[in-house]
Amino acid sequence: MLGLILLATFYITGRGLGASGAAKSTVVAAVDRVAPKHAEESTYYSKFISDDLHPMNTWLVFEAIGVLAGAFLSGAIAGRLKIKTEHNPKITRRRRLVFALIGGILFGVGSQIARGCTSGAALSGAAVLSLGGFITMMAIFGSAYGFAYFFRKLWT
Amino acid sequence: MGPLIPLHIIPETWNHVIAVLLGMAFGFIMESSGFSSSRKIVGLFYGYDFTVLRVFFTATVVTAIGLYYFSYMGWIDMSFVYIHPTYLTAAIVGGLIMGLGFVSGGYCPGTSLIGAAIGRIDGIVFTTGLMIGIFLFSEAFPVLEGIYEGTGMFDGDFLGYITITEYFNISPHLFIFGFTVVAVAAFYFTNLIRKRVKPVNY
Repeated sequence: MLGLILLATFYITGRGLGASGAAKSTVVAAVDRVAPKHAEESTYYSKFISDDLHPMNTWLVFEAIGVLAGAFLSGAIAGRLKIKTEHNPKITRRRRLVFALIGGILFGVGSQIARGCTSGAALSGAAVLSLGGFITMMAIFGSAYGFAYFFRKLWT
Repeated sequence: MGPLIPLHIIPETWNHVIAVLLGMAFGFIMESSGFSSSRKIVGLFYGYDFTVLRVFFTATVVTAIGLYYFSYMGWIDMSFVYIHPTYLTAAIVGGLIMGLGFVSGGYCPGTSLIGAAIGRIDGIVFTTGLMIGIFLFSEAFPVLEGIYEGTGMFDGDFLGYITITEYFNISPHLFIFGFTVVAVAAFYFTNLIRKRVKPVNY
């Protein structure tokens, strides 16, 4: 099923799906709002700022809004809507959240270096047989397996 | 003839409506596959749940076969399809950092959004971390520009918008066939592993 959606996405738009792109747009928009001069002078933010379009006006931001809505719908139908922190009962809630934050930060840095995350670079990249997509896919999963031993108390 | 929007068969105005609709389908399927649960996702790395591997492999294979079939039938012009560019060191280093983040945070950016959508606080915290990470990268960009752009000491890293089959000069059809065989073998062996590993309830 996911494959058919991804195929439809390529057929309709000529590009794949992504997730970290929307987060990047949010960061760019926030920095542009708070410190417009800094955003304009920075070599990175300025790539994504133009005079005619708001930085949030990108395909991936609209896609992410859809993702939230679609996931909410599925969760509602299945009765999974509930505000809670999911964690291994052997660790505290606080510990889980600290490591979730660290994981998010690492993903934020990594996804910018590799120009995409598991969806944009690995999944959508590998689906069009991109060399970089395959390399990033193998690096992500290889590294996760390699480090899994050190994080085993967190999960098992 | 596709892709529909780059070829103006569907007008550009519809682009964002389609983005929301495709996003909804993506989010719905990911959530119903169980990707809102970090403990289920991480099962892949500890051998108690291989759903991620199955969904990921199937999606890649179906899309790759579909695209080449569409192209063969003349339904899609592959020259309009965006190929993720290859920057060698960046692809490896970025991937290694993301893998560490994966096993620490239990989510990736897409799945954390899905967790957040159904009320998982760890998903919301992960997404917040993601934005902090992007902010840190952006602020440190002058230092990281070389690896990102493939310049300076990373000169020659940029190999273009190239596919793996072009790079190794093999037939894409043969490669997709081989990849499918690997996927089926992986399903079989991971299933054997899952039966041997102590189940985790979540």
